[in-house]
Formats: sequence, structure tokens, C-alpha cells
Amino acid sequence: MILQELHAAVEGGDAIRARSVTATLIEQAGGAGEILNGALLPAMALVGARFRDRDIFLPDVLLAARAMKASLGLLEPLLLRDAVPAAGTVVIGTVRGDLHDIGKNLVSIMLQGAGYRVVDLGSDIEADAFIDAALHAEASVIGMSALLTTTMTGMEAVIQRIVARGLSDQLRTIVGGAPLSANFAREIGADGFAPDAVSAVEQVRALVAR
Amino acid sequence: MADFRQRIAEGVIVGDGAWGSLLAYRGLPPGTPPELWTLQHPEIIGEIARAYLDAGAELITTNTFGASPMRLALHRLEHDFEEINQRGVQIIRDEVGRGAFVSASIGPIGKLLAPLGDADPDEVACGFARQARALIDAGADVVCIETMTDLQEALLAVRAVRSVSARVPIMATMTFDITPRGPFTVMGVSVAQAATALSAAGADVVGANCGVGVDAMIDVANAFLACTTAPIAVQPNAGLPVTRHGKLTYPETPERFAEALAPLALRGVRVLGGCCGTTPAHISVLMTKVMASR
Repeated sequence: MILQELHAAVEGGDAIRARSVTATLIEQAGGAGEILNGALLPAMALVGARFRDRDIFLPDVLLAARAMKASLGLLEPLLLRDAVPAAGTVVIGTVRGDLHDIGKNLVSIMLQGAGYRVVDLGSDIEADAFIDAALHAEASVIGMSALLTTTMTGMEAVIQRIVARGLSDQLRTIVGGAPLSANFAREIGADGFAPDAVSAVEQVRALVAR
Repeated sequence: MADFRQRIAEGVIVGDGAWGSLLAYRGLPPGTPPELWTLQHPEIIGEIARAYLDAGAELITTNTFGASPMRLALHRLEHDFEEINQRGVQIIRDEVGRGAFVSASIGPIGKLLAPLGDADPDEVACGFARQARALIDAGADVVCIETMTDLQEALLAVRAVRSVSARVPIMATMTFDITPRGPFTVMGVSVAQAATALSAAGADVVGANCGVGVDAMIDVANAFLACTTAPIAVQPNAGLPVTRHGKLTYPETPERFAEALAPLALRGVRVLGGCCGTTPAHISVLMTKVMASR
């Protein structure tokens, strides 16, 4: 019952409520994994799906994400203690010259909400910096974002560097951003294309499973 | 040349097309802010303006989309703020003289306003006012606030421009997605909300730019036509880009673009032009079709 309360608090973007319900759940000796899988993940999946269908909009998603983070902040030490394994590690960033991070942050949060460890490099990231960070974090997926038609070609540079460094077998790439299309993603050789944050999670899941 | 308000009262005006994608085609390296070329390659900016003028555009946009102080600061170009905006207007004026209106572009800051994000609304308003002052002092005929998705940010910009000049004509356009419930911006703004609020804040022309292509834009234009008596501007992309040998190409040809867009002139849209991926060729064919339909 109280898991449903947390679900509702996250879905409704109520960070204060999400935090207090999470604290109560922890006091009642709810397992961190159970709270994550029973409330946070399904709530964020629902929020993401409603956003994809434009049933709700970006402000609603950002508020829900904030509520999820409030809850996750309390859960993280427990997830570590209980050794709940991450679903995988993803390095994410906005490509060189592009300082837009709203969409990238959203994907980052949705991935965390889906149980992934996310290394968020921020914006204006050089090709090799993506790759070095992925190697360092032992990530298997690199996620790249771009909002501008004048920066989206930077994604191809990252993919070419992965090939040049002989890491194609080890690193998968996923791209997203307003001016992108599936065609563009295919042509530059990206392994995945995510038109929205829900698809990003689905794509990462498929890439990690490969 | 007539006053801009008088001109659009007389009938449809065809504006220019894309800048960013043309600059990229001319060699702007990926990730370089286009505004830097106002300082480094003014001759290329001038050539593009000339090409649009020759194509028949009566409204030529300045290369100042990302030249608000907030956005320049992200690229550590804030010290060039005055020069980028002033020269941005002057280059176009020098090229077109009085043969076209100089439309001074103001784009979004690229950050979310508080409380959703961390951009302080007062600071953002102040930045838009400074940019508007620089553009208007340099002789802009029109200020074009464009590609907005957050109505609050768009309103901050419109009011900031109005606070600097009671007279200057303002165009304010937002970017809409098509949803099962009609066009909305990603922030959840409907066409009716945008049209009403932007007009009330002092915009002379309201409308839509950018987006995914001309077909989606027709739906957006219809929504505007259904809900406002204000003059409407419509500037779609030439579709979403694909890449060929590292260069972006756009799927919608000039003919296809113009064929779809020109009929809007007869239906009362007052400003037609293009956004990402459109070229002087798109504007030239659009101009021909608009003239033919008169």
C-alpha cells in the first residue's frame, strides 16, 4: 500500500512526499531493491511513457524526476549496502560545442530510475573524453545528446574514434536529441537511437543485453 | 521601404530560410557557435544575406540567435556581446540596404527557468533587454524572438524588447510538436495559449518555427489560423536532417517545401519562411509560388 503512495508521489512530482514516504518505508525495513523495483522504476516508466505520448509535458517529467531523486538519495546507501547490482553502466553527455543539457539530464535520470549507474559527463564533451570515461567506468554504453544541427555531426566523430581505437566490440553507442532521426543515427553508425527518454532506457536495455 | 507593420497589413511577406545549417555547409566546424563567424567571417554572413535577398526574401534574419548574454557566456564569448549583436545587424544592413527588413533574431537561453531549472527569470529578462537594446540601436527593423518552447521565457523576451522600445515590431514564434491532442511545445504550451499571451505581451506577429518539417507545420499553422486574428508567421524546417559524407542534408526539396507552404499565403498567414535546412533555393521557389497564387 505504502509502495503505491511512493509511486503516486513520484508520478505526481511531489519530492517532499516522496522523501518522507521513502523514509517510512526504510524504517519499516522495506528492502531498498523492493522499493526501487516496486515503486520508483514503475513510476518513472509510467511518467516516461506518458511524456512520450505527450499526455504530460517536460515540466511534469522534471518534477517527477526530482521526486524520484529525493527518494533515491535515501535509497542509494542501502542499495550499496545490500549490494543490489546496477543493471549496467552508461556514460552520457552532450557532444562538443553543444551546451544543452535538459534532454540529456532527463535521459540520465530515467536511466538511474531504471537501475543503471550513470556517469554524466555534462555538456560540450570531446569525442575521446566520452571514450576515456567509458573505459574508466567500465561502461558498455555511451549515450550522446545534441540539440543543434550545428553540433549533431559531433556524434559521428565519437563513433569514428571508437572504431579508430579498436573498441567497437566493447562500446555501444546510443544517440538522441531534437534534430535527430533514426535515419541519421543509422547513417552515422550509432547502435541505438532514442527519440525520447523512455526509448533511451529501452535501447540501453537492449544494448546491454547484447 | 514601407514600415514593417504596414507591409504585412498589405499582404504576405516571404522571409529568409536557415542560417545555422548554411553556415555549417560553408565550413562552420561542428560545435562552433555560429555567432563567432559574425566576427571571423563577416563576408560569409554577407554572402548568405545576399543570396536570400536575390532569392526574393523581404525579411533577412541576423546571425544573433545565440547572442543573448546568457548564452554567449556559455561559450565564454560574453565580452564580445556588443560587437556580435551590433555587427550582426550591420552586416545584414550593409548587404540589403533598404531592400529588405532586417529581422534581429533572439533565441532561447538554452537553460530552464527557475524553479524547474536554475536560470533566474530577472537575470534572463535583463539579458534579453540588453540584447534587444544592442540590436535596436544597431538599426534592426524587426525583432524576431524564435524557437521558444517555454511560454514564460518567450514572454520575458517579448516584454524585455517592449521595455526597450515601444515601437519596434516584434515577431514571436515557438516550436511545436504534434501530439494526439494537437500541437503543443515540449513544455506543454498550446497554440492558443501562445497566440493569446504573446500578443497580449506586445508581439505584433505570432507563430511557429523549426519543428520536424513542413507537413507538421501546416497543422500548427491551421491551429494558429483558428485561434488568433494577429498576423501569423510560419517558418518550418526542411524535415529532419540525414548525413552524407559527414555533411547534413535535409529531405524536403525546395519544390516540395514551397508546394506545401505557399497555400498558407491565401489563408491569411502573413510571414512565410524557413528554418533549419532551408536554403535560398527553397525561398526562391516559395517566392515564385506565392507570387503565382496572388
